[in-house]
Amino acid sequence: MGIKFSLAAVFGLVLAAYFGITAGGLYHFFGVSVPYIAFLLFLCGVVFRVLKWARSPVPFRIPTTAGQQKSLPWIEHAKFDNPSTKQQTVVRMALEVLLFRSLFRNTQFEASEGHKLGYQQEKWLWLGSLAFHYCFLVILIRHLRFFMEPVPFFIQGLERLDGIMQVGLPGIYLTDIVFMLAVTFLIVRRFVIPHMRYISLPQDYFPLFLLFAIGATGVLTRYIFKVDLIKVKTLTMGLISFHPVVPAGIGVIFFIHFLLVCTLFAYFPFSKLMHAGGIFLSPTRNVPNDNRIRRYVNPWNYPVKVHTYAEYEDHFREKMVEAGLPVEKELEEAPSVTAEP
Amino acid sequence: MAKVPKPNELELKYEFPETGWMDTPAVFRPGNFSYPGKAKNLKVVGLPNPREWSPADDDWKLPPDWKKIILEGLRERLDKFRTLKIFMDICVRCGACADKCHFYLGSGDPKNMPVLRAELLRSVYRKEFSLAGRIMGKMVGARDLTEDVIKEWFMYFFQCTECRRCSLFCPYGIDTAEITIIGRELLNLIGCNIDWITGPVANCYQTGNHLGIQPHAFKDMIDFFVDEIEAVNGIRIEPSFNRKGAEVLFVTPSGDVFADPGTYTLMGYMMLFHEIGLDYTWSTYASEGGNFGFFTSHEMMKRLNSKMYAEAKRLGVKYIIGGECGHMWRVINQYMDTVNGPADFLEVPVSPITGTRFDNAASTRMIHIVEFTADLIKNGKLKLDPSRNDNLKVTFHDSCNTARGMGFFDEPRYVIQNVCNNFYEMPPNTIREQTFCCGSGAGLNNDEFMEMRMRGGLPRANAVRYVHEKFGVNTLAAICAIDRAALPTLMNYWVPDVGVCGVHELVGNALVMEGETERTTDLRGEPLPGMEDNENEDI
Repeated sequence: MGIKFSLAAVFGLVLAAYFGITAGGLYHFFGVSVPYIAFLLFLCGVVFRVLKWARSPVPFRIPTTAGQQKSLPWIEHAKFDNPSTKQQTVVRMALEVLLFRSLFRNTQFEASEGHKLGYQQEKWLWLGSLAFHYCFLVILIRHLRFFMEPVPFFIQGLERLDGIMQVGLPGIYLTDIVFMLAVTFLIVRRFVIPHMRYISLPQDYFPLFLLFAIGATGVLTRYIFKVDLIKVKTLTMGLISFHPVVPAGIGVIFFIHFLLVCTLFAYFPFSKLMHAGGIFLSPTRNVPNDNRIRRYVNPWNYPVKVHTYAEYEDHFREKMVEAGLPVEKELEEAPSVTAEP
Repeated sequence: MAKVPKPNELELKYEFPETGWMDTPAVFRPGNFSYPGKAKNLKVVGLPNPREWSPADDDWKLPPDWKKIILEGLRERLDKFRTLKIFMDICVRCGACADKCHFYLGSGDPKNMPVLRAELLRSVYRKEFSLAGRIMGKMVGARDLTEDVIKEWFMYFFQCTECRRCSLFCPYGIDTAEITIIGRELLNLIGCNIDWITGPVANCYQTGNHLGIQPHAFKDMIDFFVDEIEAVNGIRIEPSFNRKGAEVLFVTPSGDVFADPGTYTLMGYMMLFHEIGLDYTWSTYASEGGNFGFFTSHEMMKRLNSKMYAEAKRLGVKYIIGGECGHMWRVINQYMDTVNGPADFLEVPVSPITGTRFDNAASTRMIHIVEFTADLIKNGKLKLDPSRNDNLKVTFHDSCNTARGMGFFDEPRYVIQNVCNNFYEMPPNTIREQTFCCGSGAGLNNDEFMEMRMRGGLPRANAVRYVHEKFGVNTLAAICAIDRAALPTLMNYWVPDVGVCGVHELVGNALVMEGETERTTDLRGEPLPGMEDNENEDI
């Protein structure tokens, strides 16, 4: 159900752009209005969501400790898996964000006859995710050429590096291939691994289908239909300089690609894609394990009802005295308490 | 009480129902749930909706406005805990956590996959706190809060031991323990809790410890161990109680005082302290290291934990030493100073024997006995004869809380390797930060839950069986009172030839004490290696 719904949604978007342009001639709408709305939604949405998270305090410092704590000086401290200072925590976070440290630990269990369990390294998810995210990043950076004039040297360098295989004309980018493979992998594992199928929701399939469609239309735009990039750049430069113009003669495939990208941006802040921001705020990762060293203050710590020693002694005084335990008030000083408090 | 299937009868299947998880209701059957909290225990600590009820009944006798209470409770907690808010929003269901949970591995129940355990709460959150969820409902994984949802929460938040293994593997650090803790808090608001938690909580609050041992009885029990130690090596120890002006307050879980094999660990503590001449006192008021309040709510955790600092202040000690316990140390390490500090009336702990200053506890001013002992050994202050433990082939079980809530790995290993000659590690994916829970933590160590406990403990037992078969390991050491209570049952079920002990039991055996008579038995009264013949002569 979730698969069909998400697939239908992406198809719907493709058709909307196709007919909107070919039959409706809605160039301005798809070329100017949609990207402005999408970008606004993205910006406001992300800011809103992060502020909403930040508004809730972190009452306790509860890092998940993944290595030896800082202890006696002769015990080797796992600084980056169990940081005890801010600097070490920054390294831990960098490892998480840049290298997906936690996912790298992934294992897969295997059950065999006689209640035997085994665990194997499982790096495919880590590799697939890392490939996906980095290719996406490179592709995003490459696309900055549409928003900058002149194109900065680092983007040109990146493009040269990415196209190092020098196959075909225009040259094939490595990241395009790997991106499509990685997204396909992420989709297929949701289809074929039973537990993935069972836990996946429509909002898990939709972004993947969307990304696949974005990649596919991007490839078509560049390699098959060969959209006039000079005209596209006129459009994009117009958008960022707030003097939008839609030059005639940009192929419909570009508008399909563009609508899908805009949808991704608009959808981003309202979805699980916000994990990109959430990881930075995750309290099991972004704080040091130094509670015993430095006191952590909970802003809403409130007084609670406790059973005081005085109440306790009142309750047990007789028995305590009889057993020879020291008391604050001797029996004759205190009124005898027999009733249960 | 449910009949517990034998190990060979226990079916292990990893299958997924035809129906989606939202349409598969929780089924309560003997062996998969814990008995509900008794009204009298709820009243002692003022928990809401005390009543007699059973999870197996159709009618749970919830308060009429239960739905409002839960939703307001959830809103309040979203505002109070950034963890909750973020964990509700950012899960991508990548599935990395799915097979990391011992309850999933042992039961094959998909709702024991951490991702779905969290979705039980997330689905309600989406419905009530997100626009998409309100409009699109099930299409975006949102659902209404119904009594069946409450029942499902009860089932699965009390089938989680808050061990955090899933959190280790989650790329965003989503912590199911945090979700379970808050889920249980919500359930407690409408009186849905289990007696194996509320009973100890009421006891601890009123009497000072989970087991409800009254002050005179507590003293009697410690005195009993004085006799036991004397029988082993002729040394007569003189413990003190509630003594003002002692240098150190010692707090350990009451399980150590009450039940084997924790008691042997307790004897180990007493022998060690006597041998080094530590100026310490027991407290009958703060006679509990553990904290079942932590399995009830953050507030209850604070209420029970308050006794440690209060008593340390009243007695005027310099610092506190804590015994071997798991969740006790999660609370001390990650919560105590925040909820009940600052401990400015105490001093930064300095070992009176070695002079080592424990700067890693500069603020809480409470140290773990194992780090204290490790420091003594490192500085050569203890005379040890590890050969007394030569009949033991030892492996070490990292307790979840000290592992993933602290990072306490090398201290216990250092101590064990100095008091035992035969130490073997279990496979790397089952120890240290990747350790598996005993299956009975977070208040689930009760008899009626036995089948699930044996299932949940399977991954741990499976790793022990591996070293048992490979190296002949016959002893499982642990630094947690729940482990010492739960693992013997688990071992008896899955790996019958393996016994369980605390680390300080091993220390007590190996410790050569000044003026002691020649030992013929270990702390359990079993003959020492090489003394088997003497034993026979006695008989």
